[in-house]
Amino acid sequence: MVRGVFTAWNGIRFFTGLVYLFTFAPIAVVVLLSFNDSMFGSFPLTGFSLRWFGTLAANEAIMRAFKTSLLLGSLTAVISTAIGVAACIAIVRYEFPGKELVNTLLVTPILVPEVVLGVALLLFLKWLDFSRSFGVLLLGHVILTLPYVVLVVQARLYGIRRVYEEAALSLGANRMQAFREVTMPLLMPTIFAGMLFALTISFDNVTATMFWKSAGMETVPTQIFGMLRNSISPEINALGTVMIVITVGLPLVAGGVVRYFGRARV
Amino acid sequence: MAVRAERARPWVLLAPSLTVVTLLLVIPTGFVVAYSFWQRTVTGLEVPALNLANWAEVLTDGFYRAILWQSLRYAAITTLACALLGYVPAYFLVHTRFRNKALLILLLLLPFWISYIIRTLSWIHILGTNGVVNYGLRATGMTDQPVRMLYDEFSVIMGFVHAFLPYMILNIYVSLEGIDRSLVDAARSLGCTGWQAFREVTLPLSLPGLAAGSLLVFVLTGGSYITPMILGGPDNAMFAGIIFDTIIVQLDWPLGSALSIVLLAVLGTVVVLYTRFMSLSQVYKSFG
Repeated sequence: MVRGVFTAWNGIRFFTGLVYLFTFAPIAVVVLLSFNDSMFGSFPLTGFSLRWFGTLAANEAIMRAFKTSLLLGSLTAVISTAIGVAACIAIVRYEFPGKELVNTLLVTPILVPEVVLGVALLLFLKWLDFSRSFGVLLLGHVILTLPYVVLVVQARLYGIRRVYEEAALSLGANRMQAFREVTMPLLMPTIFAGMLFALTISFDNVTATMFWKSAGMETVPTQIFGMLRNSISPEINALGTVMIVITVGLPLVAGGVVRYFGRARV
Repeated sequence: MAVRAERARPWVLLAPSLTVVTLLLVIPTGFVVAYSFWQRTVTGLEVPALNLANWAEVLTDGFYRAILWQSLRYAAITTLACALLGYVPAYFLVHTRFRNKALLILLLLLPFWISYIIRTLSWIHILGTNGVVNYGLRATGMTDQPVRMLYDEFSVIMGFVHAFLPYMILNIYVSLEGIDRSLVDAARSLGCTGWQAFREVTLPLSLPGLAAGSLLVFVLTGGSYITPMILGGPDNAMFAGIIFDTIIVQLDWPLGSALSIVLLAVLGTVVVLYTRFMSLSQVYKSFG
C-alpha cells in the first residue's frame, strides 16, 4: 500500500477542496469585481472603488425592482407558510382517509417543470381575464413555494413530540389553549424557517417569473436578466454582491434567532 | 357532534392549500391540454376548437425533435457530471472528523441561498474573453489571443453543473449519512479491503441518494432555459426556451401549449420511470 501523502483519504480531501473551489470561485469573482473601479464589469482590476454601489442606489429601475421583489417575497412567505403550516398540522397530527394522496398532491409541484407551471398559470389566468400583473406573480409564487414549505415544515413537525400537548391537555387546558400555549411556541422556529425558505425561493425565481411579469414590472432577477442584454455592467456585479449579502446574511441571522428561541425553550 | 367536528378538522386545515394546488396547478395544467387544440384565427384570437394542426406541427417538425433531443442530452451530461463531481464531497462530509463539520455542510448549502441568475452570469467572468481563465493564460504567456470558451455547449453545461451540483451532493449526503457504519466494519472484519467494502456495501446502499439527486438534476436541467440564454450561443437553445419564445415572444399560445405538454410528458415519464424503482420520498427527504 502506498503510504504518506498519497492516501485515499487525502485524495478525497483534495477533490472535495476542488469542488468547493468550483462552487465558490465564480461567486467570489463577482464580489471582487463589484469593488473594481473599472468602467467595465470585467477584468483587469484597476483599483478599489465603492462607486458602483452608489450608482446602484441611484438607479431607479433597480430600486423599483427591489421593492417589487421584497413585497412579493414577503407576501408569498406569509401566505405560503400560513396555508402550508395548516396543511402540515393536518397531515402530521390527524388520521384521515386519502392522506397519502393529499401529501403527494401538495409536494409533487416540485417535480413539475417551472416552465410548464409558468405557461399553465399564465394562460389560465388570462383566460379568466385576471390580468393584474402583481396578482399573477403573487399567485404564481405561492404555488411555487408551497411544496417546499410543506416539506420543510412537515419534517420539523414530526420532530415536535406530541407528549407536550398531551401533558397540557391532561393538566386541564382545552385544545385551543394547548395549541396556543404549547404547540404554537414550539412551532415558531418552524414557521420562521418556512417563511424564510419561501422568501428566498420567491426572491430568487426567474424561470417561471419571466412568464408572469408584465412588461413594466420587474423583480430583481428579471431586471438583471434584462440588463444582461448588453455586456455585464459593473452595476450588475454590485447588485450581485448586495443580493448575496441579503440572501446569505438573512438566513444566518435567522439561524441565530432560531437558536436563541431554541435555547430559551429548553 | 364532537366526533364529526373532529373528523372535519384536518380537511378544514387542508382546505386552503388544496384549493391553491387545484386552482393554480391542476386545473391550469388541464387547461393547457385543452388550449393546445384551440384554433388561432387570422386576427390572432384563439377560439375553442378541436384543431390538430398544432400537434401535427409539434410531432412532425424535425426542428422540435432536434431541440428536445439536445435538451435531454444536456440534462444527461449535466446529471452525469454532477454525480461524478458530487459523490466524493458527500462522502467526505459524512466521514470527516473535522471539528467544524457543520460549517462545511452549511457552506455546501450556501449556493441554495445565492441568486441563480448571479451564479449563472458569474461564469462570464470566468470563461469570457476578459475572464479569469483567459487572463491567467495570457499572464503566463500560454496564449496571446483570448481563447473562446463562452457561448457554446461547454459553458452552458458548466452553468448547469454549477447551479445544480448542490442538489446532488445533498441527496447523496443524506443517503450516505443513513448507512449503518457497523455494516462497513463487518465487511472489513470479514476480510474486505477498504475499496471492496466501499464497492460492496457503501456504494450500493447510497444508490437511492444518487438516484434521487440524479432525478432532481435531470428534471431541473431539462426544464431550464435561462442558463442557455445567458451562457449559450444560437446553437444551444433548449426546449423550454422554445416554449418561452412561442408563448411570450410569438404569442402563439395554442402551439406553446402543445409544446408545454410535450415537455411535461417527457420529463414526467422520467419521474414515473424513477418511481418504478425508487421511492419519491428519497427526493423529498433532502429538503426536510
